[in-house]
Amino acid sequence: MAVKPSQTQGRVAYINARLMDPASGLDVKGALLTDGEMIADFGTQLFADGLPEGIATVDCQGFCLAPGLVDMRAQLREPGDENKGTLASDGRSATAGGVTSLVCLPNTQPVIDDMSVVEFVARRARLLGLAKVYPYGAVTKGLEGRELAEMGMLAEAGALAFTDAIKAVADAQVMRRALSYAATFGLMIIEHPEEPSLAAGGDMNAGETATRLGLTGIPRQAEVIIVERDIHLAELTGARIHFAHVSTAQALDAVRRAKTRGLAVTCDTAPPYFALNEIEVGDYRTFAKLSPPLRAEDDREAVIEALKDGTIDTIASDHTPQDEDAKRLPFAQAAFGGVGLETLLAVTLELYHNAHLSLAETLRLITQAPADLLGLPAGRLEKAAAADLILFDPARGWKVDADKLLSKSKNSPFDGRPVQGRVVRTVVDGRTVFQLED
Amino acid sequence: MSDTASDVLDFPHRHLLGIEGLSPDEITLLLDRSESYVEQNRQADKKKSILRGRTIFNLFFEASTRTRTSFELAGKRLGGDVINMSVATSAIKKGETLIDTAMTLNAMHPDVLVVRHPNSGAVNLLAEKVNCSVINGGDGAHEHPTQALLDALTIHRRKGRLAGLLVAICGDILHSRVARSNIHLLNTMGARVRAVAPKTLVPSSAERLGVEVFDDMNAGLADCDIVMMLRLQSERMQGNFFPSIREYFHFFGLDYEKLGNAKEDALIMHPGPMNRGVEIDSEVADDYGRSAIREQVEMGVAVRMACLEILTRTVSETEPRNL
Repeated sequence: MAVKPSQTQGRVAYINARLMDPASGLDVKGALLTDGEMIADFGTQLFADGLPEGIATVDCQGFCLAPGLVDMRAQLREPGDENKGTLASDGRSATAGGVTSLVCLPNTQPVIDDMSVVEFVARRARLLGLAKVYPYGAVTKGLEGRELAEMGMLAEAGALAFTDAIKAVADAQVMRRALSYAATFGLMIIEHPEEPSLAAGGDMNAGETATRLGLTGIPRQAEVIIVERDIHLAELTGARIHFAHVSTAQALDAVRRAKTRGLAVTCDTAPPYFALNEIEVGDYRTFAKLSPPLRAEDDREAVIEALKDGTIDTIASDHTPQDEDAKRLPFAQAAFGGVGLETLLAVTLELYHNAHLSLAETLRLITQAPADLLGLPAGRLEKAAAADLILFDPARGWKVDADKLLSKSKNSPFDGRPVQGRVVRTVVDGRTVFQLED
Repeated sequence: MSDTASDVLDFPHRHLLGIEGLSPDEITLLLDRSESYVEQNRQADKKKSILRGRTIFNLFFEASTRTRTSFELAGKRLGGDVINMSVATSAIKKGETLIDTAMTLNAMHPDVLVVRHPNSGAVNLLAEKVNCSVINGGDGAHEHPTQALLDALTIHRRKGRLAGLLVAICGDILHSRVARSNIHLLNTMGARVRAVAPKTLVPSSAERLGVEVFDDMNAGLADCDIVMMLRLQSERMQGNFFPSIREYFHFFGLDYEKLGNAKEDALIMHPGPMNRGVEIDSEVADDYGRSAIREQVEMGVAVRMACLEILTRTVSETEPRNL
């Protein structure tokens, strides 16, 4: 089913809103006006003298009107693996989850290590008119960890940062050169922090559960070893390094120490790592087979602490579509990963509902924080900025039902989970691209 | 020994996927039934007709001689029809998935599937998709329940009890489903279990399974009633777990010298097939006064007869077959 971008609206008034902008700390009752693709005005007093004649209005019913979510890590399957997801199906999934900007990994087929693929993805996504899609470029050609990809030219074509996607750059010398070269252009490298030789053949977190199930464990040390190595290499080269989906207490301690020393080190995590632990694997549930693996309860608690103290900079969905054929297999043969776009907001809001963070602090982790980290013009309410907005009800309870997800792949580790907080409407460039059906 | 009808009511499971989770009463029930078949198997006329009309598939995705033969013999001695499906001729080689294979076999109305698979949890997955009973014939490094039962039967016949015995399980614990099933069974029945191995062959948090871990074999064998050796599973080893066979045997192979630490009447066991001169010295293995290795094989048939009998009765009496 093709989704055609609707005609850009003229002016739309969003009234009876709770305006929330984590970047400025705004949290007031008020209204917002969009004009074409832009935010024209917003505030408490807007329309105090009545609405202009002939203007379209949206009654927000007191729900939160906030910047659209920015997701800095999603795997898309187009081009190459369209049976698992397309830009259209994952675009609909993104907008249903309130994500208006997302950054995709270069592990498509072909790999995004060439300018033409950067342009293909950007153009296809633009035509669909759903969430805005920005690609990362590969650090090494073919993601093979040997020769550097053309990072400079890829950046000129629109690659936001560089990563070898779901694998770490294994060779320390290659990583050193990559960081050093990236620093030439002020580019950031994003690492999947997992020492490949320690993780090879692994199924889940090493420990009692893996031992009971007879599965091969991936030790937590696989993460901290790469984090420590790359921190030292970043220091050596003066480069910007970002660690994706950090999941262990030890790795977070390493990042915390690096930040204290003033190094340009940042990291994110994903909802499974603060909402779930290895017990989810239970009776060989392959939907709980993620990379990095779900960890122990004390790691989960450490992730929440690191979100509270700012060691973790952002939260990303880590959206990883896998079709049934890749998951309905014996655990060792099943593919890693879970879809996450449609559950990003609700599961992240658990941090607020469980009183770990304020609503604004929680929202900031999936709006302004990733936008600023990547230098994207998104994630805040600003006059003359693109009208990328979400309307959400932070209190509304619902149950995640994998079969009802809009993504083509249904592999959610949160299937069956009762959650709180739901996107009611999503707006991209002033156009409503998603509206919740009651 | 109680009669068959009341035995069946006491075993509430449709499948036998593992030992973990079975109660002491359920294990005792299976062992008691097994015991009754030991004598029968020593008679000239070994055949019964309990399973007449029942179909048993031996579905082996991994090479096996003794377990498969043992199940085949057990099924035939009870009068059932036994079909052996080996991986070399199956559709799996043509790319069919495990679940598709399960659905295909299910359509042929088997009564029991005996399944061995190289991946942990694969037998559980298959059991979810079929209408018949499933017996785990060994899955990855997870469980091998009939092996633990036959080991327990062997021990019980020699020692008269399980509770209170000190059992050392020695060798490649990491890759061993036999070790896991035995640990669960022996703990459930009140024995004390030690795991003796180099640290590279002990899974992480092994002590959480209820074993005392030893990396010195002399200390580990001290005062043991049972010395259970495991086969070194070289086919599952990726990378270096020890430097050489010579060094492994020197520190962890069972010879008379190390055995001297155990009780004088300690029983030596091995699930087979043995690697002579690797984990066990030939002299020790062939010491029929102390080694129960041949007896284990004999008990295997009896245990599998009991499992087949009990599970087929459970299915026919409690589960409407909606095929």
